[in-house]
Amino acid sequence: MVESPLTRFFVRLGAGVTLFFIYFPLVVIALYAFNEQVTQQWPIQDWSTKWFSVAFHNESVRAALKNSVIAGLVATAVALVLGTLASLAIARYRFFGREAVTFVVILPIALPGIVTGLALQGTIEDVLGPLGVRFGLATIVIGHATFCVVVVYNNVLARLRRTAGNLDEASADLGADSWQTFRYVMFPQMRTALLAGGLLAFALSFDEIIVTIFTAGAIQTLPIWMYATLFRPTELPIVNVVALFMILLSIIPVYFAQKLAGDTGVAGREAERKAGRARR
Amino acid sequence: MTSVAMSEPPPRQGPGRRLSTFLYRHPRVRLWALLAVPALWLGGVYLGSLAYLLLASFWTADPFTAQLVHEFTLDNFRRIIETPVYRDVAWRTVKMAALVTVACAVLAFPLAYYMARIASTRMRNLLVVAVLMPLWGSYLVKAYAWRTILSGEGVINWALGPFGVEFDGYSNTGLWLVFTYLWLPYMVLPVYAGLERIPSSLLEASSDLGGRSIRTFFSVTLPLVFPAVVAGSIFTFSLTLGDYIAPGLISSDQFIGTVIYREYGTALPVAAAYALVPIAIIVAYLLVARRLKAFESL
Repeated sequence: MVESPLTRFFVRLGAGVTLFFIYFPLVVIALYAFNEQVTQQWPIQDWSTKWFSVAFHNESVRAALKNSVIAGLVATAVALVLGTLASLAIARYRFFGREAVTFVVILPIALPGIVTGLALQGTIEDVLGPLGVRFGLATIVIGHATFCVVVVYNNVLARLRRTAGNLDEASADLGADSWQTFRYVMFPQMRTALLAGGLLAFALSFDEIIVTIFTAGAIQTLPIWMYATLFRPTELPIVNVVALFMILLSIIPVYFAQKLAGDTGVAGREAERKAGRARR
Repeated sequence: MTSVAMSEPPPRQGPGRRLSTFLYRHPRVRLWALLAVPALWLGGVYLGSLAYLLLASFWTADPFTAQLVHEFTLDNFRRIIETPVYRDVAWRTVKMAALVTVACAVLAFPLAYYMARIASTRMRNLLVVAVLMPLWGSYLVKAYAWRTILSGEGVINWALGPFGVEFDGYSNTGLWLVFTYLWLPYMVLPVYAGLERIPSSLLEASSDLGGRSIRTFFSVTLPLVFPAVVAGSIFTFSLTLGDYIAPGLISSDQFIGTVIYREYGTALPVAAAYALVPIAIIVAYLLVARRLKAFESL
């Protein structure tokens, strides 16, 4: 240890302050969900769980939730297929334009969301519109899948880089065809990475608003419902409950995804632990 | 003694098998089979949309019907450059992005340092998850939570009340706080990774040579971790430039994102032209970041 006790004290303090800063708003909004009153006053005077039942029976919340779940599931499915295909190509082949493929996959999250949203909006309205495409769930999925691909891609690519390509060749040598090699050799290695990528993609899609506003037309997803409602003071208690629900629904998949992605089997964990011990 | 024929079972035959053999012999075809669908989606739909946006920035919209007039013109760009409001908004947004980046770096550093060098392995893994979870948490919920916290009757003014201070949360200062909050995890993670890569031996060498904590920090740690800070700043900077939701919730001032959002309903070409401003700034920023070796830290 190089750091003096005093330095370590200040680093601990600073880390504590930052962690507090990260979690304090989430805690506050979670508490507000139990506020009995309609006004958003602090400190909270009376506690109640009545808004949970109000939110649960709210028709527009239910419709928005349904749209969000459908869009999230379909976008995740599309992203899983596209991300897996792209990562297989990048991990196992060297070809002209490889850098360009990487670049295009990352671009949707590197550019500001408003640019992606505006570009898709203009194209759907002016180019796809005359072909019969209308704003709705399908166009939401187009937008979401586009920026979810990179999440799956990153997870699967990281896994493929850790697993050797010669296993695929060994499988072919033993008489397996391409499909069998994929099904019995590659897929089992990729499975947890796919699950982690899928969970993250769903979390990303479920929360997204910046691009969604441009591609949704008149359809409301849960974030769009929230954005439209949070300017109406009398409905804020319902917004609070939905906010708490959304925090939970985005944090839980991420927790599992993190466990899955880091899970490289017992050997990997043991090696990590040893490396950690040696460093100290 | 009868001999037993030890022949291998014949390989499965059929169209699937023939296709598989064909694919095995032609790696190019295999590659294209993998790439065709992603290329069509991302290259066709996404890049196509961006190209359309670029094209639209050279058109005009009919002021009454909002229909696009497909005639090449530079009027939109002239308007953006010559109207002071557009310039002021761009400048205000860039300033905000810079201030947010500095605040994120200052807040991220102690946490990242603690994670990388002081915490136990178990604690470190716990903290990585603790930082990652809010990163993926709903953006809108976080912005909304701050809107509640910053309001006149919110937590902040309640806490400041006894000191006789009143804080106008719905201001650019409030927005600065919210942006810093929203993008902080994007800074913590690269800085943590950068700090973890610094070998302890370097810091020990500095200490052996008589460098005190502060000296070691400024002469060894900071220069080594700087590319990682730049890597994090790519996110904090670019995300601030394009945001239109948080400014609308917190501040009454206009920012690049809010202007684009306001324009797009009536004048897509102007919005498209103005959308090129953040893109240009980000591309310039990325070029500088590459020179500072930030990409190796991503």
